[in-house]
Amino acid sequence: MAIYLDHAATTPLRPQVIEGYLAQLQVLGNPSSVHSQGQKARQVVEDARDQVAKAVDCHRSEVLFTSGGTEGDNLAIKGLYLDAVKRDPQRKVVLTAGTEHHAGIDPVEWLEQSEGAQVVWLPVDEHGVVDLVTLSEYLDEHGRSVALISLMWVNNETGLITPIAEITRLAAKHGVPVHSDAVAAFGHVPVSFNQSGLATMAISGHKFGAPVGTGALIVARDAKLAITSHGGGQERGIRSGTLSAPLALALGASAALAVAELEQVSGRLEVLAQKLKNSIVGIAPDAIFTRGEHDGFAGIVHFTFPGCSGDSLLFLLDSAGVSVSTGSACRAGVAQASHVLIAMGRTEDEARGSLRISLGYTTTEEDVDAFIAAFPDAYAGAKKAGLPSK
Amino acid sequence: MKVLAAMSGGVDSAVAAARAVEAGHEVVGVHLALSRNSGTLRTGSRGCCTIEDSMDAQRAANILGIPYYVWDFSEKFKTDVVDDFIAEYQAGRTPNPCMRCNERIKFAALLEKALALGFDAVCTGHYASLLTDEFGNLELHRSNEMAKDQSYVLGVLTAEQLKHSMFPLGATASKNDIRREANERGLSVANKPDSYDICFIPEGDTQDWLSEKVGKAPGQIVDREGNVLGDHQGTHEFTVGQRKGLSIGRPAADGKPRYVLEISPKTNTVIVGPQAALAINEMFGTRYTWCGSAPAETDNWSEILVQVRAHGDAIEAEFKVDSGQMRIRVKQPLLGVAPGQTAVLYLGTRVLGQTTIDRTVSAVPVSAGSEV
Repeated sequence: MAIYLDHAATTPLRPQVIEGYLAQLQVLGNPSSVHSQGQKARQVVEDARDQVAKAVDCHRSEVLFTSGGTEGDNLAIKGLYLDAVKRDPQRKVVLTAGTEHHAGIDPVEWLEQSEGAQVVWLPVDEHGVVDLVTLSEYLDEHGRSVALISLMWVNNETGLITPIAEITRLAAKHGVPVHSDAVAAFGHVPVSFNQSGLATMAISGHKFGAPVGTGALIVARDAKLAITSHGGGQERGIRSGTLSAPLALALGASAALAVAELEQVSGRLEVLAQKLKNSIVGIAPDAIFTRGEHDGFAGIVHFTFPGCSGDSLLFLLDSAGVSVSTGSACRAGVAQASHVLIAMGRTEDEARGSLRISLGYTTTEEDVDAFIAAFPDAYAGAKKAGLPSK
Repeated sequence: MKVLAAMSGGVDSAVAAARAVEAGHEVVGVHLALSRNSGTLRTGSRGCCTIEDSMDAQRAANILGIPYYVWDFSEKFKTDVVDDFIAEYQAGRTPNPCMRCNERIKFAALLEKALALGFDAVCTGHYASLLTDEFGNLELHRSNEMAKDQSYVLGVLTAEQLKHSMFPLGATASKNDIRREANERGLSVANKPDSYDICFIPEGDTQDWLSEKVGKAPGQIVDREGNVLGDHQGTHEFTVGQRKGLSIGRPAADGKPRYVLEISPKTNTVIVGPQAALAINEMFGTRYTWCGSAPAETDNWSEILVQVRAHGDAIEAEFKVDSGQMRIRVKQPLLGVAPGQTAVLYLGTRVLGQTTIDRTVSAVPVSAGSEV
C-alpha cells in the first residue's frame, strides 16, 4: 500500500461519513419537491446547511451548496464583479495576486478579456506574502474604482496563510467586497466567516474528508452578486441546479468532524511536519522551505530543491511507493512550472524544482518515516538527472 | 530491463510500449510535454503537443497496466528545436526539426534523464531495426516496412545512444498491422491519423508561422548572373528548390519556370534559376556523426548510399572525410538539396552516419547560364 502524502490534492473520505452518505444515496426525493418525500430530502440538506454554518461560523442562509471550490470561486468572482460594475461603471478594478489558484486567476482573466475588467496584480514577496502596504495605498488612491479583492486564505501550494481580516479591514473603508478561496484553509486552520469580514468564501468538501463533487460558497447576507449561472433558482438563485442530499449530508458531517478535531490534528501535524522538514534539510541542505518563517498550515510542507526537477523527485518517490506532488497545477498530467512560485519571483528552473508533501487527518508518524526513508535515494537520483533546461 | 517508453499519444508508440511490456521488460510510460502552453484540439494546436494527445497516451498506458508520467521538456524543446529551426531558416538553411528533436530531446535530454533515474533504455515507436554485427556491435537498419521506414531521422544516434535505444516496431510488418495490433490490444489510439507536418507549427503553414516569428525583411530576387528580377519579404519564406511564391514579373528567356537555387541571408537575396541549375553533385558537412561503429576507412572515397530527406530515395554516392569535413559525391546529379538538410549515409540497409549539409556544389556552372 502506497504511503499517501498528498492530502492537499484530496484527503480520504471520513469513515464516519460513509455509512450515512451511502444510505442517503438510496433515498428517493428531490429536495425541491413539494411532497413529503421531497421534504424529507430537503430536511437532510437543511440539517447539513446548519452543520456547515456552524463549522464555518456563519448564518445558515449564507451557505450555498456547490460542486466544489472552482464553482464557488467562479460564482463569487464573476458575480461580485458584474454586480459592482453594474451599480457603478467606474468600479472596474479587480485586485488579486499571481499566487492564487487557477480557480481564482482564470475567472479574473476572463473578466479582463471579456468584460473589460482591469486587473491589478498585487506584489508578493519571495515567500508569497501579499504586500499590504501597496494594497492599502492603492485603495486610498483608487478605492472608488475597485470592484472586488480576491485573495486566498491558505495557499494550496505553499501553505502560507494570508491575513484575511487585515485585508477586509482595509477594503471596508472603501466599500470593496472581498472574496477568499478558503479551499486549503477550511478544516485545517481556524476559519470564522463572521469574523473574517469577507463578502464571499469558497470551500471544497474533498479537502476535509467529504466526497469529491461537493462544496459550499459562503455568501454574506448583504453581499451583492450578479447571477452568472442560470436555472431553477436554487441556493438564493446564485447556484441553480438540483441539490444533492447525500452530498450535502457528507459535506455537513465532514465539516463538523474536521472542525471538532482541528486543534488536536493540527498539533499533531505540526510535530510531524517539523520532523519532515528537519530530515529534508539534513539530506538536502540547500533546499528552501518555500514560505519561510511565515504563518502557514502545518500540513503543507513545500520545498524547492535547486538543481533538481520536481517531476524527477515525484517519479522516484512514486516508484518507492510514496505519493507526493510537485504542487503545481497539472493540465492533463502536464506539470507546469508553478505559476505561484513564478509570481513569487522564482525563476522557472527554481519553480520546477518544487515538491509539496501534504499531511492530513489520517497521516501517521509511520507515513512520515516512510518518506524520510525513501527521500535520500530519490533526492540523489533527481539531483543526478538535473534540470530539463540544462 | 527497466524501459522508459516515450508515448506521444499515437498508435506507433503505444504498440511499441505494448511490445516492450510483452517482452517482459519493466516499462514506464512517459509523455513529453514539448509545447510551452499546451493547446487543445479546440484551440487549433495539432500534432503531438495537445492535451488530448497526452490523455490518449495516458489511456494507452492504463490499458497496458504501466505507470505513466508527463515530463516537461518544453523549455529545452523551445531552445534546441524551435529556436534552432527559426535560426536555421534565418541563416538561409532548411532544417529538419524532427531530427533535432531526436538528437537533442528524445535520445539526449530524455535518455540522460532516464538513465539518471535508473532506466536502462528508452523505447520509441520509430520504424527502424536495431541489429548486432558479428562482433556484437549495434547497428541501426532500415525498417522492414520500407514505406514507413524512419531510420533517416534516427541517423543522428551515436553508438552510445543506440545501446540505450529500443525500437520494437522495426522488425515488423506494415502500419496496417500495427493498427490491427493496437485494436486487438484494446488501444483506442488504433485509428488515430498519422502525424505529418511539424508538430509545433499550429496550422501546418511553415512560411506563415515563420513570418510571424521573424517579421518581414524585404530584399531582392536575382538570377545567377546578378540581374534583379523582383522583391521578397524575407529570405526565411524560401527554401532551395521552391517554385511557388516567387513574385517575379518577367518570365525567363526560355519561358520555363524558375526555382530557388540559393538563399543568401548575408546579402538578403534569393537567387533563382532554371530547374536544371538545382542539380548538385557534391555536398560538404562539418557536423557529422557515426551511427554505431565508425567506418574503418574514411580517408579515401568509399561507396555508399545517401538520402537527403525523410521520404526521399537513397542514391548511389561516395564519401570521405577531408580535414574534418565530410564530402559526399553523388553519382547522378541531385535536385534541390538545401544547406541545413541532413545527409544520411547507408551501407545497404545499415545507417552508417550523417552530416548536416553546410554547402553544396552545383552540377551546372554559372557560365552555363540559362542555356541548360
